[in-house]
Amino acid sequence: MTRQIEDAVKAGIPIFIGYVPAAIAFGILSKGCGITLLECFLFSAVVFAGASQFIALNLLMTGMGSGGIILTTLLVNSRHFLMSAYLSTRIGRFAKRYIFLMAFGVTDEVFSVLSFKKGPLSKTFIFIVQLFAYTAWVSGTVAGYILGGFLPEILTQSMGVALYSLLLAILIPEIKTSVTILILTIASGLLNTLLIKLDILPKGWTIIACILIIALAGSFFMTDKVSEKVCE
Amino acid sequence: MNNLLVVILGMAAVTYGPRLLPFFVFTNREMPKRVDAFLKCIPAAAIGALIIPSVFSVTPDMPLAALAGMTFTMIFGWWKGGIIIPVLGSVAVTYLVLFFAV
Repeated sequence: MTRQIEDAVKAGIPIFIGYVPAAIAFGILSKGCGITLLECFLFSAVVFAGASQFIALNLLMTGMGSGGIILTTLLVNSRHFLMSAYLSTRIGRFAKRYIFLMAFGVTDEVFSVLSFKKGPLSKTFIFIVQLFAYTAWVSGTVAGYILGGFLPEILTQSMGVALYSLLLAILIPEIKTSVTILILTIASGLLNTLLIKLDILPKGWTIIACILIIALAGSFFMTDKVSEKVCE
Repeated sequence: MNNLLVVILGMAAVTYGPRLLPFFVFTNREMPKRVDAFLKCIPAAAIGALIIPSVFSVTPDMPLAALAGMTFTMIFGWWKGGIIIPVLGSVAVTYLVLFFAV
């Protein structure tokens, strides 16, 4: 049990460090859009979805109606369906009530950390990691709203890189042990770039298309040996 | 402003739904081999598409700055591993590139 907690804290701290700057950026942007501190707080506390919160602010500014913004959010966040589908194969027998709370915290980064954790996922581990992520996201949002005006723009821009380097840093140990993973990752990124350039899918759907196509392709090429390595 | 509350609650609902549903569909179920292999490929495919090309629009005036930050993460992460230094270092590198270039 102690070991579980220790591991979870170790996994949670990097997410915390990655989330705070991104959340600060969100807080700053919200203030610029003229929404109140309470509304800004509610965005992060109730929705808890990084990218789509930024997109929602943009859409609010363009004057899009509630329906359009909510629909866009659904499209952008549908990718979490696939992530939860993966995670559901990694958790053991859980009481249903835990699933309701756990599902709330399935963000891109939490998913990434959980998916590359060795061995089965315990609820202690999952909830501690999610608590770090949630605390960072909400407190960073509020801090950004309140303190935002004091930070220079190039600093807030630089902090935006943290989320991406977090994802990359999570992936590096896996890339080192499996060429298949490296190929899947790069192929997915290239395909996403191509789909965005072609501009044939609505915002957010390119990522879903990439996950579906690349994971499907991967499932054909993956030998049993490699697939075991990816999982455990 | 009441309208914004509707947006927030609506967004919360459509975010939570896709995150919750799969746990009911897939948990504790024997999966066919092909489906299992497919699900196992999801993490790498997801991370690739999440990073590329979005990371380049983080520093819109100078995509190279973000690239420099990510390069630091790649090199340090490969060499020493860990997550905290690669992440904080990437922010520092990006900042320095922007600072001296602009």
